[in-house]
Amino acid sequence: MAKRELTSAELTLLKRAAREVRHGMVVNLGIGLPQFLPEHLPADTDVTFHSENGFVGMGEGNPEGTPDSDVIDAGGRACRVVPGAAFFDSLTSFAIVRGGNLDLAVLGAFEVSVSGDLANWKIPGKLTPGMGGGMELAQKANHVLVISHHLDKRGRGKLVPQCSLPLTAPACVGTLITERAVFRRVDGRMQLASVHPDFDRESALEGIDADVPSAENLEPWEDKS
Amino acid sequence: MLDRVTTVENAVAGYVRSGQTLMVGGFGRGGVPFTTLHLIANHADKYRDLTLIKNDANEPGIGIDLLLKQGQVKKLIATHIGLNPEFIRQMNDGEVECELIPQGIFAEKIRAGGAGIPAIMTDIGLGTEVAQGKATYELDGKTLLIEPCMRGDVALVCADIADKAGNAWWCGSNRNMCVVMGTACKRVIVEAKQIVETGRLKAEDIHLPSVFVDAVVPAGPLPHRGN
Repeated sequence: MAKRELTSAELTLLKRAAREVRHGMVVNLGIGLPQFLPEHLPADTDVTFHSENGFVGMGEGNPEGTPDSDVIDAGGRACRVVPGAAFFDSLTSFAIVRGGNLDLAVLGAFEVSVSGDLANWKIPGKLTPGMGGGMELAQKANHVLVISHHLDKRGRGKLVPQCSLPLTAPACVGTLITERAVFRRVDGRMQLASVHPDFDRESALEGIDADVPSAENLEPWEDKS
Repeated sequence: MLDRVTTVENAVAGYVRSGQTLMVGGFGRGGVPFTTLHLIANHADKYRDLTLIKNDANEPGIGIDLLLKQGQVKKLIATHIGLNPEFIRQMNDGEVECELIPQGIFAEKIRAGGAGIPAIMTDIGLGTEVAQGKATYELDGKTLLIEPCMRGDVALVCADIADKAGNAWWCGSNRNMCVVMGTACKRVIVEAKQIVETGRLKAEDIHLPSVFVDAVVPAGPLPHRGN
């Protein structure tokens, strides 16, 4: 869908994130890393992708298209639609989101707090892209999956005691997947749910300046089947 | 039915004035009335102090960016401006006021404006800076934000096909905010890539009925193509 070379850490977390996507789901992918998710889904997983600029049934990128093409994704890239796709206007697009018909939103993050708050739309004075549809996706998707590098550029964990940046939505993140670990929000608090085989519990919590409890039984990182 | 086809020069001179609030269709490039916007940009001295309501700030060098760069805009109300770093700088330097609204609520505020509903209530943005300073209402024990409707003086949209009466149809993802904006302004200029005889569009397929539309103008070649 999008084109750039992925790092091995990104490939690792994308493959793990793909396991969260279930057959039959309606899914919205945020701009950036989430757009690489479809290529990691098993071929028999039938997923309907929602594009908030006005359609469901988004398919692959369209290499023959341009930003002037009649079908673009929310990031402005030309793409294709699958048979059964439907186009609509912005009102219908967000009725799908707010009305509870979006099963999963896969989003990026600047910060996720231990209580599941998400900050991903604004770094005051530096980066102000605007929230676009992000607040509604974060607040109203039936499940919010954040995928992110484990550490930010300064070596600080993306999972923080409290977000320092303006929130996209409070207490919205259901699952956070990094290249080292899976965290799930249980009883209002993020807990360690799975650890990549290359890491132990200590390194899976590296850079995280907060008390993160472990699930009673950690999930296996990969399907054993 | 009335024939509303005219030139873009006549439509803009007839309806657009300095100080107005303009709703401008488009998300990315689809639906953006480039021909109409470039005419307004070419008369920067004549059209000033505009308030623009548009999903995004376009990319540098095209669409509303030309108006923003030339100082024709006092305020932009948008949802996402990330594809226009030059405008982000203008905004951060305080050159242009910018209000950012969650995308679906942006659309619903316009819908309310078009539908004669003074305000809507929503929980979107609660617990974020979007809620700061906004009136609230308690309903069934829940706090909701009151979001006033948005109306404009003139809507500028680009359709794929319009008939001469002004019925308009959009292809693919080009529809976005165009239809709802066409319901929420005193005057509506539909720039069309193709203009057909009235009756040629199937009545069931029409996205924006002609009763909302004041002028149909032909879209010129995309000004940014070939750059």
